[in-house]
Amino acid sequence: MFRIDGRRTAAILASIATFAALTACGAKTTDDAAPAAGAAIDTAGDTVKVGLLNSLSGTMAISEVTVRDSLQLAIEEINAAGGVLGKKIQAVSEDGASDWPTFAEKSQKLISEDKVAAVFGCWTSASRKAVKPVFEKNKSLLFYPVQYEGLEQSPYIFYTGATTNQQIVPGLDYLKAQGKTSVYLVGSDYVFPRTANKIIKAYAEANGMKVLGEDYAPLGSTEFSTIVNKVKASGASAVFNTLNGDSNVAFFKEYKSAGLTAEGMPVVSVSIAEEEVKSIGTQYLAGQLTAWNYYQTTEGAANEKFVAAYKKKYGADKPTSDPMEAAYVSVYLWKAMVEKAGSFDVEKVKGAADGITFDAPEGKVTVDGATQHISKTARIGKIGDDGLIKEVWNSGQPIKPDPYLKGYSWAGGLA
Amino acid sequence: MTVVLNQLFTGISIGAVLLLIALGLSLTFGQMGVINMAHGEFIMAGAYTVYVLQQVITGAGWSLLIALPVAFAIAGLMGVLLEFLLIRRLYARPLDTLLVTWGVALILQQVARDVFGAPNVQTRAPEFLTGSVTLFGDLVISSSRLFILALSLVAVAALTVVLKTTSLGRRIRAVVQNRDLAAVSGLATGRVDRLTFFIGSGLAGIAGVALTLIGPIGPTMGTNIIVNAFLVVVVGGIGQLKGTVIVAFVLGILQSMVEYTTTVSVASVIVFVAIVAFLQWRPQGLFTLRTRSLA
Amino acid sequence: MTYLKKPLVGFGIAAVLLFVVAPVALGDFRLNLLAKYLCFAIIAVGIGLAWGRGGMLTLGQGVFFGLGGYAMAMHLKLADAGPGSMPDFMMLYGQLDELPWWWKPFANPIFALAATILLPMFVALLLGLLIFRRRVRGAYFAILSQALCAAFAILLIGQQGTTGGTNGLTDIQGFFGYDLNDPVNRRMIYFIIAGSLLAVLALTWQLNRSRYGELLVAVRDGEERVRFLGYDPANVKLVAYVAAAGMAGLAGALFVPAVGIISPAMIGVVPSIEFVIGVAVGGRASLVGPALGAIAVAWAKTALSEKVPSAWTYFEGLLFILPIVFLPGGLASLAGMIRRRRAVVVDNPPAPVEKTPVEVTT
Repeated sequence: MFRIDGRRTAAILASIATFAALTACGAKTTDDAAPAAGAAIDTAGDTVKVGLLNSLSGTMAISEVTVRDSLQLAIEEINAAGGVLGKKIQAVSEDGASDWPTFAEKSQKLISEDKVAAVFGCWTSASRKAVKPVFEKNKSLLFYPVQYEGLEQSPYIFYTGATTNQQIVPGLDYLKAQGKTSVYLVGSDYVFPRTANKIIKAYAEANGMKVLGEDYAPLGSTEFSTIVNKVKASGASAVFNTLNGDSNVAFFKEYKSAGLTAEGMPVVSVSIAEEEVKSIGTQYLAGQLTAWNYYQTTEGAANEKFVAAYKKKYGADKPTSDPMEAAYVSVYLWKAMVEKAGSFDVEKVKGAADGITFDAPEGKVTVDGATQHISKTARIGKIGDDGLIKEVWNSGQPIKPDPYLKGYSWAGGLA
Repeated sequence: MTVVLNQLFTGISIGAVLLLIALGLSLTFGQMGVINMAHGEFIMAGAYTVYVLQQVITGAGWSLLIALPVAFAIAGLMGVLLEFLLIRRLYARPLDTLLVTWGVALILQQVARDVFGAPNVQTRAPEFLTGSVTLFGDLVISSSRLFILALSLVAVAALTVVLKTTSLGRRIRAVVQNRDLAAVSGLATGRVDRLTFFIGSGLAGIAGVALTLIGPIGPTMGTNIIVNAFLVVVVGGIGQLKGTVIVAFVLGILQSMVEYTTTVSVASVIVFVAIVAFLQWRPQGLFTLRTRSLA
Repeated sequence: MTYLKKPLVGFGIAAVLLFVVAPVALGDFRLNLLAKYLCFAIIAVGIGLAWGRGGMLTLGQGVFFGLGGYAMAMHLKLADAGPGSMPDFMMLYGQLDELPWWWKPFANPIFALAATILLPMFVALLLGLLIFRRRVRGAYFAILSQALCAAFAILLIGQQGTTGGTNGLTDIQGFFGYDLNDPVNRRMIYFIIAGSLLAVLALTWQLNRSRYGELLVAVRDGEERVRFLGYDPANVKLVAYVAAAGMAGLAGALFVPAVGIISPAMIGVVPSIEFVIGVAVGGRASLVGPALGAIAVAWAKTALSEKVPSAWTYFEGLLFILPIVFLPGGLASLAGMIRRRRAVVVDNPPAPVEKTPVEVTT
């Protein structure tokens, strides 16, 4: 039907193939190649570079911009106090654009072009999973400041947000202590909620709680009438909410419209911090519960200083939240590690990490060298009419990180 | 039984939201053939109007009421500007308008991000729109949904009246049916286009006001809904208000029923499959127009 | 044979640039970035064929890109895990005891390689048969493609245990026995991608010059007339659509070793529409325009977002608006205009004009 003269094409294809073969024949399999040396770090001059990798555009900008602000505040403070090992910190800023391959590309750029000493950032688990091989391959450091689903322990990532036994498990303990016997699970459709809910189900089974239903909405989904109908029909005594971002707004508006209340069926959220409260509205949120390690209202001199500095720099109406605090802390922890090691060298910094403590806004935190997580105090908060979250319970002392939940017998089959 | 009734109403209310966001499109896309991807950002503009007005007017009920005409005007003017600057040059290239207006959408999103900040903003709903109404037994209907249903029906009725009975409506229909003939008959087709675009885009502004009652108000709120809105118009059939109305409600009910028994993801996929299957049966949409053209 | 000379010289220059100049001039990191851009260029060539030549605005290329990418990534993940074991994420998130049946064939490298191209082509064939036979076109076709993207992305995300969910498939270590951490092997990947791009260009060039190519343009400009001439326009469009899908699949498969990740973020509505900008900027109906445009836009994105992140979004918006409104033929038509001015024989086709008559009842 269609006449295609194959000869010319064949000629061209053949020449391309020859060309490709000629140029590529130097490449050999290198399974037994010597391991590459650690990442080169540019410490020439009187500055040291670090990378800041957050989404400044796209759907995740909503959350990640605040983390960026907080990282910059910490760097500014450290520089004003004389820097790290006598060198001023120079931040190289990159936009992850809410796109995971972009995160991988930008982290590679920060490591190999800018030769940064460490990178601070990432929010979603997907972006962390995308950059993890990059940091491991280049033997460079990432400080990850957001609570996450656990079950990970990369030798080149420091996790300064909560792992599951510092946030979700205490949240469940609290519900149990309040006499709640059944929960409904609502989450966004991605790694954190699905993994978190797996843990919740294992916990519930071991502790005589009933899980009456489990629903996932696509990220960014804003239609929750059916899910709320299901929640209502289930008659659960509480809801465990792992929704992310925009979806929370629609969910809580629908929740209130359906006549469900914080008194009758409280919702425990693990992704709603002060910033999100502000965008959803206390009209819909007052009285609901959250599980975090830090609130703007957390007592202590370190927090007063942090909140005051943040508001001075970014405006009195800007709240501080848990991920922002974890990001702020991560820079100081890196500084402490570098100073203890007396060097910016990645392996030496890692070696110095164990036992480093910092008087953080959330209270004293300690780095656990084995897991590269930090010990954190768990706090349950109640959202007030003023948009601030008031602590109603805390764990009393920092909880040691346990990303694989090895210390919990009911979590045997999870990891 | 109450479950079925509850889901039926949920479906109708999802349909009402779909209808409200698709109604403006059924005019600009359905009647004029312009694929305006920035329609979602006009909706966003309507939602931000409520936010801005509430900085000035404290009463939640009043600010919402005043926001309706204001948002209509603001979104409508944005539409006119878009038509005048860009779309006017592209009437012969409908597919290109899709890409151009996508670019406009990107810019409007970034403007919102730079002006209002990346995080979502908060609006207050009047108390009487945050509760629910009990019809009988366990059948509880949220009052915000009821309000949106009423608003969408009023909008459809008003649009029908304008198109069928006013002289503006006659002119719009004349230009849409045969642009050249209308022009030689002495109609200022450029002006009519702009008016049509004004109304279509203004309806997006009203949809934006309504969405503040049930969803987030942020820079990306438009992108999440735009594809669904277009699907409603496509399946409903071009140039037909009644097609859009029926399809919005049918898709809403289908979505809610499937979602109740399965999951949101499965429901979205099933709805898509249903649409492709439907277009196999009726490629021109629910209501086909008999024409002698070779389209 | 003179007609053969000019294109051959062009290919020669392109080959020298890609195989000699770029590897010498660029460091490992930038060369790897270029490899990624070239993947986008391969998709762009396909879009140029379907949209520029065939008038079908395919806003669903993300699906085919994703199918190719996932097919490749599934094989590489299985190869990394070793025979008999399962990819890491399945144990973590899926808690499966056994590999799902639809993963199993991808353990075979030949099946996986064939699937990267044939699977997208097969899906395109199926969809195309449904859509073109019923004469769905223009805006309908574009919007349906978008909905397809959205549905496919949601489907992938929902099956976290077997597809990796939002994370996608990450942490790919090897490529058919070659360690991807080794810079030498990463260069090899670059050469493979560059070679593939040239091959795709050569094939498309051949297709455009054939009688089929003329028929395709004829269908774009007057579908009914072609039908009256006794051809079936649906078949003509189908060939271009399926070919474009195959190219997108190939690009997806090559993207995986170059970037080391494939995720639903590359599949949804937004990336699919972004694939199109490069084509519009470069010149949709020309052969090299789409490829060059895609490379230029991807490069601009990297360069600009490194300097001022928020400016990129504005710039991207303007890229959609300005060339399409004021230079519908893209930069390639600019070259054509200059050539015309010099009064040399012009073989550049005019900018395509789509016409969808809109009819309305009274």
